[in-house]
Formats: sequence, structure tokens, C-alpha cells
Amino acid sequence: MLKDQDRIFKNLYNDMGSDVVSSQKRGDWVNTKKITDKGRDWIINEIKDSQLRGRGGAGFPTGLKWSFAPKEVGSRPHYLVINGDESEPGTCKDRDILRFEPHKLIEGCLIASYAVQAHVCYIYIRGEYFVDGQKLQAAIDEAYEKKLLGKNAAGTGWDLDIYIHYGAGAYICGEETALLESIEGKKGQPRLKPPFPALIGLYGCPTIINNVETIAVVPTILRKGGKWFASLGREKNTGTKIFCISGNVNTPCNVEEEMNIPLKELIEVHAGGVIGGWDNLQAVIPGGSSMPLIPKEKCETLTMDFDSLMAEKSGLGTAGIVVINKDQDIIKCMARIARFYKHESCGQCTPCREGSGWMWRMLERMANGDATKDEVDMLGDVTNQIAGHTICAFGEGSSWPVQGLLRHFKKEIVERNNLDPIVQKKNNIPYLVDQHLLDKKNA
Amino acid sequence: MSLRRPAKNQPENFEFDSSSLNAANKIVSKYPDGKQQSAVMALLYIAQRQNDNWIPLAAMKYIAKFLDMPYIKVYEVATFYTMYNLSPVGKHFIQVCTTTPCMIRGASKLVEACKEKISENEGELSGDKNCSWIEVECLGACVNAPMMQINDDYYEGLDKDKTLKILDQILKGETPKPGSYRGRINNEPENNRKTLMDYKNA
Repeated sequence: MLKDQDRIFKNLYNDMGSDVVSSQKRGDWVNTKKITDKGRDWIINEIKDSQLRGRGGAGFPTGLKWSFAPKEVGSRPHYLVINGDESEPGTCKDRDILRFEPHKLIEGCLIASYAVQAHVCYIYIRGEYFVDGQKLQAAIDEAYEKKLLGKNAAGTGWDLDIYIHYGAGAYICGEETALLESIEGKKGQPRLKPPFPALIGLYGCPTIINNVETIAVVPTILRKGGKWFASLGREKNTGTKIFCISGNVNTPCNVEEEMNIPLKELIEVHAGGVIGGWDNLQAVIPGGSSMPLIPKEKCETLTMDFDSLMAEKSGLGTAGIVVINKDQDIIKCMARIARFYKHESCGQCTPCREGSGWMWRMLERMANGDATKDEVDMLGDVTNQIAGHTICAFGEGSSWPVQGLLRHFKKEIVERNNLDPIVQKKNNIPYLVDQHLLDKKNA
Repeated sequence: MSLRRPAKNQPENFEFDSSSLNAANKIVSKYPDGKQQSAVMALLYIAQRQNDNWIPLAAMKYIAKFLDMPYIKVYEVATFYTMYNLSPVGKHFIQVCTTTPCMIRGASKLVEACKEKISENEGELSGDKNCSWIEVECLGACVNAPMMQINDDYYEGLDKDKTLKILDQILKGETPKPGSYRGRINNEPENNRKTLMDYKNA
């Protein structure tokens, strides 16, 4: 288990309060100037050395992303945008950062803004988190009052304004370009890439977009050093991560742990074990609903990081672990996820708009045992027609869970759905004869 | 995609009252000059709060003029995002999460409770016209499943009996306490905490 001193989010359970004074006791806002004085290149290199990968799902190296921002500010200002549109089923980590560790996020915003030369930062929070957003707003107001934001923020000589922008219940706005569209006051429909937001983003200006958790760990990394962060976890999958363990476990919880921790340890130690015992485990969704599920056999030895889950044809995603035990109908569970994606498709690309509903309808039929035999293969076909044929990664996100189900639980689906669409006659009827003559004989 | 239609009975006029107007002007100032369209989402919220929790077409027209943008663009936004109610909902608006993490912990029981106490069908006003409920997609409190949202507040760690009690309070006009109904502290493992113990006991 990770040592407490290596945990970044010491107030994850709000033991100490989230105001500036108690945050300072935990080490936030302590001599922020010292960090920025070392310069942009040092900050970006240190983040590169730490091998921090984005915590929003895709796992893109953060230092590299920052280095894409133009070195000189031209006629267009730079923007920093924080993605707090946490809507992936199974994930609820950013909410705890917003309400209990807001100053880690705000300080991270200041440092990141300095590194990418942005004077304005927008934090996009999903509309449902209104109460938690208000808590963040209170923390921002407090920071302004203490001169930690605004002109010459925290004595760093850098001017920064932070604004909160609330979403309004669209999962797709977690996709970075859809999020930008949404901030611009449009429908949240993703843009084509390239151009990438680092060059042409918000209002057509260079924009760096990071997840809440990614930015919130930055100040601690810079204080303790990139080497410290890189010493946790394993090569290319370094550091700590907040895992959300939900579903059929005895004590569902959020917990910060080292990368590459065994899945079994997370479930048995922190989440109090599977309801009905480990043998009652059916499958685990390892990284939020978009990631293909993993059956019990593989859960024994599985470790939780980007690359080892990739090797299992799944992914770490947002590290929202949903445990499903044998009391649940796995096909129904996946049918419900398919319904989620059908509801949340933005409707821009045809394969996704039509395919997500098609997958949902088929899965509902399969859960009830009303599907025909050939539909099982057809479902696989549909997923392949969606994945990779859409503007954004929603296509993959909606079809991967279905592909995971087909990969590991095809037997269950086939057993339940035994309908044959064609009425088979035993006689082998030649095609090119007068059918009505044959009918008489077979009648 | 979700199917969303504006209500049949629409009021003729809509205007921001003075407090809404103040809030709206404050929001517009957050965005760069000439990019006031960015404020449309926040302004729709303001209109929704002012107008008993739903947005009439007149409000969209008003906001379009307010922000100097085409009406259709406001209409697009209002119909795209699911948190804008396009037809009247109850003063107490109950949203039950039924996505998989909540589903496997018994969200259907919460739906049953809503059907018993409020209305047989979702999106229908209760007898006293004060409440309505709908099923929604993941609300992002998965480790506290099953849960529901009433107006802005989250009610977590529910079962059928607890939901019935909360709904009774709502129907009586009281405001039940938001948060966990299992006595859980935030998102820590219930009676099984193994991390950050020094801080807990501090």
C-alpha cells in the first residue's frame, strides 16, 4: 500500500477542511513563486521527467502536451481550460478534488497557466455538480482575496483570472473539442482534429486542455520533484491515481493509490471485497464504462495501469472501477451502458448516432432472450462499423464495452438467444423449380 | 441522442428580472469582448431558475437578443443539453440515476418509490403539481450508489425505504438533508478506512 506521505490528496475525505489556511498547512500555496522563478522550461521538463500522463482517460503525456503550446505569444492570447465534465459512469474523483482540494487545482492552474503563457483559465464543470462548483467558486473568491489570483498572482508576477463555466448535462462535452464548442456557447459537438487545440482551440486561440486531476497533482510534483513521482508505479505509468471503486463491493470508495497496484488489492483491501466473496465476482469494468470489461479469471493477477490494461485489450481510462458480481445479469448491465451511449451520442456522425441506438436495441433483446442467433455476429459487425469511423473517440467508447462483452461472454449470449430467424425445412429444396409444386409435397 | 421537445403551452413574454439581469451581466463579463455568445449556457440557467425551473421559447428569444446572436443558435443549445427543461417540471425536480453502477446497486427500487409517491410515469407532475421525477444518466456519484438529485442537491446511499421517507418530506414541503443516507463520510470506505489515518484522528 502507498505510504501516506506519498499521497498527494491528503484531504480526499475532508478531514481538514478545504479553505486556504488549512490547504497551506498541507503544503499548497507555499512559496509558489519559487516554482515559477525556475522558469517555463524547467516546469515543463520536470513534468516530462515525472512521466505524468493525463488523468482524463486518454493518458496523453502532460509535459509533452504543454510543450505544444507556441513558445511566443502572438496576436492571439493563450488559454488554459480545465476539463471537469466528469460524466463517465463509474467515475467520481474530480468531484472530490473540486469540493475538498480546490486549492490544489487552483494552484495547479496558476503554474500551468504560467507554463503555457495563459492569462485566462476556464474550468468547465458539469452542470450537475452545481453545489461542488459553488465550493470551488468560494475557494477561487478566497484566492482572489488573498491575492493568490488576479494581478501578480501569489507574487509570481503572472496575471491570472479563473472562471467557472458550467455544462448542462452532456457527456460528450468531456471530449476536449466538444468542451471548447460548449464554452463558445454552441452545441457540444466535437471538432475535427487537426488542427489540434494547442494551436487552434478556444476562440481560435492556442489552448491547452487538461483534466482536473492532472492539474491538481502538478504543484506537488514540482515541489517534491519529477523523480519522486516517477519513482512510484512503473516506467511510463508513474505516480499515484485516485481510483473509484463502485458496484458490488462491500465498501465502495475513492482511494488514492500507486499506479500498477493489483486490482485484487484495491478490491479486497480498500473496497472490502466483492459482495458474496471473491468467488462471486463475475467481471470488472476497469476504467469507466467505455473500457471493455475483464472477466474474473484475469482479475486475479491484473495490475492497474495504462499499459498493462492495454495488454488485456482494455484500458485504465478514468480508473473508475465497476465491480459486477454473479448476482447481476451481465448482458443487462451492458445493455444499460449501451442505453447510456445512445442517450449521450451528440448526433454529429451517422455511425455513432444510428449505431449506438442499434446496439442498445439489440442488447436489450439479447438480455431478454429475444434475439436471433445471427444477431450476435451482427452486433459485432455494428461495433466495428462504429469504432474508428467517427470524428471523436465516442465511437470507440460506445462500441468497446459491447466488444468486451462479446469477447468474454459470447457463450452466455448465444445460450440465451437460440432463435432461428429462418424456418428450416428438412427437405433440401432446389431453388429453381416451381415452388408451389413442392409445397404440396411438403405439406 | 435524446428526444427533446418544447412545451405546447408557451407564455407570450419573458424578461429577466433585476437580479437575473445583474447575474447575466456579471456572467457576460467573464468572456472576452465580442465572445458574449459563450454566456448563453449560463443565461439559460438563469432563465430556468427565474421561470419555475423550465425555459419557455420566449426566454430563448429574449436571450438571443440579449447576447446579439441568432435565435436558432440559442434554440440549438437549449435543445441539445439535457439539463435545460423545455416544459414545466415540478418545483421539486427529482432525478434518479439508473446507469449501470447505480443499477447494480438497486436503482430500480428508487424508481419504484418515485412511481408510488409522485407519479406513475416519469416527467409527469404529481397530484399537487409540486413534484416530478425522471430517470437520468450517470450523475457522477458512483461510489455512493444508488443516488438521486433533487434540484441541486445529491442524496446518496439510498434504498427504497429511505427514498420513500425523503419523498414524503419533499411532498410535505420540507427540505431533507442532502448527502449520504448511510451515515457515510464523503467518499471514504464505510468503516473500512485504511489510508490517511493520522489525519482522520488528528
